[in-house]
Amino acid sequence: MTNILSISHLHKTYQSGFEALKDINLEISKGEIFALLGQNGAGKTTLISIICGIVSPSSGRVLVDGKDIIGDYREARELIGLVPQELSTDSFETVWNTVTFSRGLYGKPSKPAFIEKILKDLSLWDKRHSKIMTLSGGMKRRVMIAKALSHEPSILFLDEPTAGVDVSLRKDMWNLVKILKDNGTTVILTTHYIEEAEEMADRIGIIRSGELIMVDNKLALMNKLGKKELTLQLQSPLQSLPKELDLPSLSLSEDKYELTYRFDSKDEDIDIAQLLQKITSLGIIFKDLNTKQSSLEEIFVNLVNSKADTHEA
Amino acid sequence: MKLNYYGVRAIYKFEMARTRRTLMQSIIAPVISTSLYFIVFGSAIGSRMTQMEGISYGAFIVPGLIMLSLLTQSISNASFGIYFPKFSGTIYEILSAPISPLEIVMGYVGAAASKSIILGLIILATATFFVPLQIDHPLWMLFYLVITSITFSMIGFIIGVWADGFEKLQVVPLLIITPLTFLGGSFYSISVLPPFWQKVALLNPVVYLISGFRWSFYGIEDVSLWVSLGMTMSFLAISIAVVIWIFRTGYRLKK
Repeated sequence: MTNILSISHLHKTYQSGFEALKDINLEISKGEIFALLGQNGAGKTTLISIICGIVSPSSGRVLVDGKDIIGDYREARELIGLVPQELSTDSFETVWNTVTFSRGLYGKPSKPAFIEKILKDLSLWDKRHSKIMTLSGGMKRRVMIAKALSHEPSILFLDEPTAGVDVSLRKDMWNLVKILKDNGTTVILTTHYIEEAEEMADRIGIIRSGELIMVDNKLALMNKLGKKELTLQLQSPLQSLPKELDLPSLSLSEDKYELTYRFDSKDEDIDIAQLLQKITSLGIIFKDLNTKQSSLEEIFVNLVNSKADTHEA
Repeated sequence: MKLNYYGVRAIYKFEMARTRRTLMQSIIAPVISTSLYFIVFGSAIGSRMTQMEGISYGAFIVPGLIMLSLLTQSISNASFGIYFPKFSGTIYEILSAPISPLEIVMGYVGAAASKSIILGLIILATATFFVPLQIDHPLWMLFYLVITSITFSMIGFIIGVWADGFEKLQVVPLLIITPLTFLGGSFYSISVLPPFWQKVALLNPVVYLISGFRWSFYGIEDVSLWVSLGMTMSFLAISIAVVIWIFRTGYRLKK
């Protein structure tokens, strides 16, 4: 698949001396949904801001569909739509005027039918003559998305799109992203709601202290780094683990009623059936069992923490 | 050279729409306050004053008063135009759009200068109700009106980029431009000053603007037309140079 975004050796050091990005290399394919995960201050917004032209890079190169963001900034920026994290709107303007303004700013002739479609898709049509200052926070967020889509971009950046929005709007937002993907738009979103990335993204990048520490397909990432947990509810308490079951990944709960076995989902040597057989043969009776796969959130926290430990060491 | 015509038009229309929303503040207030000068100094006190260089006092002060409005309003309009997006955060859209620095300036400065020119013409028309007015060189008058509006809108744009608070937007028009205009020959010809103060007055850039502008009305001048013209064009060139520097370095716009 062709790359729509290509970042190589990107560095950013602010005037204060703070190194926000360290040698970022990343390729994004056309039409994919890429989620950039990271804690606050990790460098997500700086990365997006550089690609969109708001922040100047210290060094490195960024190509948008083969166009250099500095040398061919017009061609590159025409392809980009940006929804920033902050709710920055022209409070005294109407919804219709502000969206029309954005389309013009990006060098496109007016196309009322298209603006109408966007406003309808985003449930803003009834509010088209309302001043932005009269809208709720969720509606303002929609207006910002409408502005970003007004010039029909090929690549849309959503910087923390659902920060501070209610559950229903969040679901609407996810649906919108799916529609955009179906239309061939590439979507790059930053978030610290892992659930959001888990729901939408094809690929995930994890950024920590300005370094892109991992980029992988979502399912592969979950498979590779995910842990599984098997829990057995015992019929009667077990005073201690028999020596036949003295495995490092098997533990007995404090109340002695629960046996928990943790293992890597990628580990092919694990034979759960054999383990259960062994437990039964030792006369341990269980009344219930359940399994749980670790979420992306747990993977993310483990990954960020383990890297932090490595750095501190 | 590719021009983002729609982008320039979008900024221009947006800024002109802001003027329509704030008609009272942008147009009506300066017209009323300048008209008060015409009434007080032109019709009331002016009738008891001797002529200035052969021109009735009321008519003499018209070019200076138009210039005063032009300078302060050009700076206010352009500085607020670019400062407000910085303040509200909507500047992100301007910075991330496929629009060149020149086009951004064309949009903001073009709109601010248009407002000032409209304002100048309204004040000029209003003046005819209160004082006898003549314009010997109408094309020169228009030329000065346009060039001064553009130059000071450019200076306003620079102030808007530089300012990091609303107070700074007011500092330059109130504490620098207004005193310089009052002392720059708006209400008198600098030839009435003692020789030493005449020389000091020549350090005031507004003297050259008012002198050239007044010449277009009555053919009288404090400094030669060509010196005045040269200085006016120099101010424009300096403003352009500073704006180019701002966009090259991203000063107070980009991190």
